Amino acid sequence: MAPDMLSLSSQFPILVAIAPLLTAPICALLRGKTAPWAVTTIASAYAFYISLQLLLTVASFGPISYELGGWAPPWGIEYVVDLLSGFMLVLISGVSTGVLLFARESVTKEVPTSQLGLFFAAYLLALTGMLGICITGDAFNVFVFLEIMSLSSYALIAMGERTDRRALTAAFQYLIIGTVGATFYLIGVGLIYMMTGTLNIADIAARFPEIEGTRPILAAAGFIVIGLAIKLALFPFHIWLPNGYTYAPSIITAFFAGTATKVSVYLLIRYIFTVFGVNYSFQGLELMDILLPFAVLGFLTMSAVAIYQTNIKRLLAYSSVAQLGYIILGIALANETGLTASIVHIFNHAIVKTGLFLSVGCMFFVVGSTYLKDLEGIGRRMPITTFGFVLGGLGLIGVPLTPGFISKWYLVVAALEKGSVIGYGLVALLMVSSLLAVIYIWRVVEVAYFRDMPEGTVKEEAPISLLVPTWLFILGSFYFGIETSFNVGIAKAAAAFLMGGA
Amino acid sequence: MLLLIAGTMSVLFVRNLFVATMLLGIVSFIMALIFISLDAVDVAFTEAAVGAGISTVLYIGTLALVGSQEKDQPKFAAGPLVICLAVGAVLYYATYEMPRFGEANNPVHTHVAPRYINDSPTEIGVPNMVTSVLASYRGYDTFGETTVIFAAGIGVLLILRQRRRRKNEDDETDVPLDEGKTGRSGSLTGLGSQHDLIPHVIAKLLIPFIFVFALYVQFHGDYGPGGGFQAGVIFAAGIILYALVFSLDYARSVVSERAILFLISAGVLLYGGVGVVSMMLGGNFLDYNVLASDPVAGQHLGILLVELGVGITVTAAMLAIFYAFVGRADLIAAKAEQEEN
Repeated sequence: MAPDMLSLSSQFPILVAIAPLLTAPICALLRGKTAPWAVTTIASAYAFYISLQLLLTVASFGPISYELGGWAPPWGIEYVVDLLSGFMLVLISGVSTGVLLFARESVTKEVPTSQLGLFFAAYLLALTGMLGICITGDAFNVFVFLEIMSLSSYALIAMGERTDRRALTAAFQYLIIGTVGATFYLIGVGLIYMMTGTLNIADIAARFPEIEGTRPILAAAGFIVIGLAIKLALFPFHIWLPNGYTYAPSIITAFFAGTATKVSVYLLIRYIFTVFGVNYSFQGLELMDILLPFAVLGFLTMSAVAIYQTNIKRLLAYSSVAQLGYIILGIALANETGLTASIVHIFNHAIVKTGLFLSVGCMFFVVGSTYLKDLEGIGRRMPITTFGFVLGGLGLIGVPLTPGFISKWYLVVAALEKGSVIGYGLVALLMVSSLLAVIYIWRVVEVAYFRDMPEGTVKEEAPISLLVPTWLFILGSFYFGIETSFNVGIAKAAAAFLMGGA
Repeated sequence: MLLLIAGTMSVLFVRNLFVATMLLGIVSFIMALIFISLDAVDVAFTEAAVGAGISTVLYIGTLALVGSQEKDQPKFAAGPLVICLAVGAVLYYATYEMPRFGEANNPVHTHVAPRYINDSPTEIGVPNMVTSVLASYRGYDTFGETTVIFAAGIGVLLILRQRRRRKNEDDETDVPLDEGKTGRSGSLTGLGSQHDLIPHVIAKLLIPFIFVFALYVQFHGDYGPGGGFQAGVIFAAGIILYALVFSLDYARSVVSERAILFLISAGVLLYGGVGVVSMMLGGNFLDYNVLASDPVAGQHLGILLVELGVGITVTAAMLAIFYAFVGRADLIAAKAEQEEN
């Protein structure tokens, strides 16, 4: 786009990041119950609106580049919106806005009123970080926004402290592990800068073939892949995730489960396919042999571990690690269908998991606990919420007509395309993992419908302001499970673009 | 270099955390010297101010809370050692085939850097090239870093403030912070010692100079090494010195916590505001050229304002962290005193 265009729409790429960013300091100064929430929701909805506009523009006119400070890349920093990053922007800001609709009553119950301004400021910063990572075309700028996202998310997780002191330890654990991950990423970027003299992602990619055989680049690729694997909680680097998700406030868990780890997945896809290129990633680095076993082990063991959990949030957290295993499997298969499956699953899992965590948030709002033993008979106590949870659970298992089915379908096709024994083996293992998912969802169903309510409890539903956003996600997940042209269509186009860019 | 290794190793083996903190301070200074010998004066400046200055103070603040002796004999943990060795080995492995140090035709020197070196005097007109890269070419990164500082400040306020309030709720009585201030000169933090004349006089002499120096660093960053980050840290150090020597409450009456929150936000808003204004004037975000009729003057103005924003946020965030830590110590001390009575 020409830099002299004065219309507002030419500034959209930057607005999507700085709208929440600049709202954050204002929000920090606000007091009271409603004002911080309202401002945050407006900023997030605005970002969502811009993201949609950007995605539409990109879909019809191709990638957009925006030069920050008016300096042309590689001297300045560049913002790039292409199909994949536009898709991520819509997903993140959409999930964030939906979760915020839920937030008003839920947060006032879980966070002290005097802290609400700061709480929502931190929330906005986390949102900014995620959006900034997805939209930037600069490797170091990614690190900066990764830090913004991480620092604010440590604080947000710690805010679960009011309900459970263990949130502090969880946040601290996340801080230490997350910092290691970020540092690894930074070392990798430093090595790449040393070898290429540039930080612009497109520029690095262009210069990559000259230097791809060298040792520093091998080390850099290793650091970046491991650093991101830590950040995205790939098995066995997932230890921080279950604790963090379990003890964080409800809306934070719902928001992060849908988006935070997905941002790191996005980065991994960027590096593997755009920067390193398919050839180097899968022949030079043999990433398939490295990622595939971890992905498979991840979804098998984590689904199995989820069965034994006594806390419903922790159960879903382990299930999240398992689902990340599916996403990484799609990447590791290194074909276009596999990549499509990954991108579709990023989207589908975000919607389903957010819906599930929101319905758990409803239960917590009424019952005040997320332990299964306290939720006996919840199906009769809170019928609407629990029904929503069950529908979401079906999506997690991958029953036809749910989005989980669509992603698994593509994953199976991709595995079969791989052919040979490995491909068939993978299909079998996917089935086993889905059965495990049936078991852990069934455990909740059993507790919810086949146990008696505790004495003296009456039927009471969560307030309508909580139910509506929850059902929005649940119904949305069915919509995207049946009418797949949006998510699958974009994922396919993005996958073709990424593979072709190699 | 050898000193650096020796220093770091001794940190690992010293059992007394207070000594370890001091050694870390020394290590930071040595790092700063190394940076200077590598001609990275700005980095050295930051390392000296942040690494040796502020972090040491914060460590001491924490030690005042938890005591300075390690409780258990640490068990020998093999896992971290293996990981560290592996990382070291990979880095060492990568040093082969690295471009030779300081050679003129390395990628770092031939790709982006020449433009920074050759054109920045005409495009931006600031003698200190580091400043022009940080504040203009990659100004958005610096904006991001400022936001990181902001996020850190917000995070500390979120967590520690809430805990303090809860403590008070537990006690059922609101503990006024200045209670027992005079009788506590030798208490946990050692803050607000009323009897030590020498520190008082020296601090009074030093603090004005610290502030003036901070202002010099702040506004002279275009010409010599320095800028918002360093200035902010130095400024905060001045106020922290004041708080250490006199008392936290005096410092609080100079800069209240509410003011700090306001300042942290104001810095980010100032930086972002410059960007928004440049957008309104028809440029891209943070394009300083449009700020004045002459691009170079616009760059000057933009960098000045932006650095000011950084300085304000850094100062306020450092103070927020310091207040939050030391405030906790005060509270514990006050509580202990209450129990004694």
